[in-house]
Amino acid sequence: MSTPLLETRNLEIRFGGVIAANDVSLTIESGRNLAIIGPNGAGKTTFLNICTGWLKPTRGQVLFEGKDITPLPPRKIVRRGVARAFQIPQLFTEHTALENLLIAVAAREGLRNPLQDLHRIPERDEVMHLLEMVNCADVAERPVVELSEGQRKLIDIAVALALKPRLLLMDEPTSGVASSQKHRIMEILVGALAQAQVTSVFVEHDMGIVEKYADEVAVWNAGNVQLRGTPREVLEHPDVIRDVIGEVV
Amino acid sequence: MDTVSSSARPQADRAPGLRLLATLLGVAALAVVPFVAPTMQLLVNLALAKGLAVMGVTVLLRAGQVSFGHALYFAVAAYGGAFLMTAMPGADLLLVLVVGVAGATVSGLLVGLFVVRYRGIFFGMLNLAFSMIFWSILEKFYHVTGGADGIRLPRPTVLGMELGRADFELILFYLSIALMLGLGWFTIRWFASPVGQLFQTIKTNETRLEYLGVSPRRALLSGYLLSAVLCGAGGVIMGVAQGVVTPEYAWWIRSGEMVFIAVLGGSGSVQGAFIGALIYEFVRTYASAFAGDVWQMLLGGFLLVIILFAPRGVIGIVEALGRRGTRSEDAK
Amino acid sequence: MNLTIFVLALFDGIAYAALVFIVALGLTLIFGVMRILNVAHGSLYAIGAYATVSLTGAFLSMGFAPVFAFPLMLVSAILVGVLLGGPIEWLLLRRIYDKPEVLQLLVTFAVFMILEDVQRLVWGSQPYFQAAALQSLGNVTLFGVTYTVYQLILLPAVALALLLGLRFFLRRTVIGKLILATTEDREAAQSIGIDADKVFLLTFIVGAALAGLGGALASPTTSILPGMGADMIVLSFAVVATAGLGQIEGAALTALLIGLGRSFAVYVWPETAVLVPYLIMVLVLLVRPEGLFGSPAARKI
Repeated sequence: MSTPLLETRNLEIRFGGVIAANDVSLTIESGRNLAIIGPNGAGKTTFLNICTGWLKPTRGQVLFEGKDITPLPPRKIVRRGVARAFQIPQLFTEHTALENLLIAVAAREGLRNPLQDLHRIPERDEVMHLLEMVNCADVAERPVVELSEGQRKLIDIAVALALKPRLLLMDEPTSGVASSQKHRIMEILVGALAQAQVTSVFVEHDMGIVEKYADEVAVWNAGNVQLRGTPREVLEHPDVIRDVIGEVV
Repeated sequence: MDTVSSSARPQADRAPGLRLLATLLGVAALAVVPFVAPTMQLLVNLALAKGLAVMGVTVLLRAGQVSFGHALYFAVAAYGGAFLMTAMPGADLLLVLVVGVAGATVSGLLVGLFVVRYRGIFFGMLNLAFSMIFWSILEKFYHVTGGADGIRLPRPTVLGMELGRADFELILFYLSIALMLGLGWFTIRWFASPVGQLFQTIKTNETRLEYLGVSPRRALLSGYLLSAVLCGAGGVIMGVAQGVVTPEYAWWIRSGEMVFIAVLGGSGSVQGAFIGALIYEFVRTYASAFAGDVWQMLLGGFLLVIILFAPRGVIGIVEALGRRGTRSEDAK
Repeated sequence: MNLTIFVLALFDGIAYAALVFIVALGLTLIFGVMRILNVAHGSLYAIGAYATVSLTGAFLSMGFAPVFAFPLMLVSAILVGVLLGGPIEWLLLRRIYDKPEVLQLLVTFAVFMILEDVQRLVWGSQPYFQAAALQSLGNVTLFGVTYTVYQLILLPAVALALLLGLRFFLRRTVIGKLILATTEDREAAQSIGIDADKVFLLTFIVGAALAGLGGALASPTTSILPGMGADMIVLSFAVVATAGLGQIEGAALTALLIGLGRSFAVYVWPETAVLVPYLIMVLVLLVRPEGLFGSPAARKI
């Protein structure tokens, strides 16, 4: 069996009296997109934050491609191939959509020439392609503060993808996107991820998306994984229906 | 800490050609000062020196940070130049510049390594504290630094030649213009470069910067070093132009003055740094000539007016007028 | 260093710290409530000193006893607070609360510049000296060292009284609690009916008056010169930043720390006396960027 892409061992983190991560041991295999579902406050975002180094667990380890990344700061974890997209898009608010991506690429490539114009770097085509992929090519030159919530979400994801990660952690990727667009965007996203050989882990509340685009689902509850399996297995489980999905409408 | 509007890019440049033309005209006007208005030559030279230093402050403003102690680098470079002249009488002007700027760079690195961990008011105050420590040393350690009287900076040689005063001042003047153009051009390019753009994201989203795999401290340090170099260049020029360096070069009011001018001219703008410096020097000189004890009041009042009514500074006013001009053009 | 020198340094430090604290108190109060670092505080201090000297001089020449200098100090302080502090807040600061921090600071810097010239216009550049109040209290001898009662007893007593008084005022009186509430959360305070505008105005007047009082109290101990405001403001910054912006009790301690540090340096290594406050500030801020007593919010990365 090959080394899992991401592995957590006995992760625990406490905030005061609250245990937000309770002995979480999980492996994520390369190529298998994992959806994380669960009620609010179950610790899903906390888990993502621990995996990316933003929070340090009180106990346990995080391993990426077999190497311990637990003590590393986010920027070093990012350099190893993990990227993050946020629930509230984290963008550079005085730059345009295009510039946000160009900056991401500049970071990735470590471009140092002080006389080179960011707008003329050779990776510009790659960036335009990314923008097209998330349906935002037409707003490339607009400042991101002028974009809709959904568009900012997509740019946020595009910025993460621009880093060419091997693992992409997304927090509610399609929230804020117009519902008519959700599936289409997800379709494109998953296709692009597969083509670029990027594995994704995403927190999601839309079970339709989960059912269609996740290879596996992990159900979070009270700081730990309650259940794990294929979308069908998980979404039809009575506990999940009761706790997560709620009454069938 | 939010700061003055110093966008990563200028407002929609309706007429970039016009901007370039205005800049060229401005530079040309400066270049002929020694012939057209020789009595103003020293004043303009001093203004250019200040403008260089203000550019240093401007760089940091682009990252949303303000230093209240950048006079430190101004003084380190100036005193570095003076020490060189004392140790090596007849040193070349360019050598003085290089040594001074090198001193500023080294001290910029040493202080910067500490200071880049902080933001906002704390960043500003720590810089202030370092500059005041240096000021205190300059003021009190008389035997090394000359104390409150400072150190004389005798005229350096130029390309091996000892020049008379008028000739030297002319050379210095054009050197200052060259530095303005060269360093100004470099800074503008740096702002547009990948490194410079990453630096400017510190203002808007350090979290994202960290998540791009970049160390925000490193990013801030790169700009900080540039700002120290620029302040240092200004300090050397001023010291050479005045022929003496005094502890006042490191005084906190001088740092405050730099920030003042940056905002006056148009924070975040390289051209604004020099325009602001020229306005400042002119008002200071002529106000104190005609109105004696009220030049500070006038400048203070001017600053208040700018902040309250035109926070984007003189450049902002000019741009707004320009936009209105092009709009009425479009309407015709 | 023998005992006499030690005691002298100690007394110097205490007297100096008391003065610096009174000025720093106003500065930190203003910052704590209004989140504005008032550069003009230095000028208000200087004007308090000048005003006291002028008023005292006038009263003495009219034949009044030196003891009147003390109430005149209060008068100067109140004049500075109301006639200068009030208009500054009302006409200027009020317009810039929503603006970026840098601009707010530059506004107070501009006011500082203006007031420096006002001083020069009204009082000129020559030194003033009016030590009647200091002399009127005589001397005291402690531990073999003779010192003025004014500096060793009165100044620290006033400083302490102000510290305790302000604490009491903020925590126990209604207005004080309104100020604290507005400081905590301005919008919440306004939504329950607190007039934040008035709170800010009052705070600034009090802060300015404290600066003026500091100057008034300092005036008998030194000659009044242009530039004394500039010296005092940057020293006050050091005290306030080291303590933690907005920390009132902390400012008392750091004032003492800095005052003693400086006064001992004068006797041990005089050239370093001026840099000691800033060195302390740097050392403290490098370890605790939020100040000795501040709450950690300072460091970002």
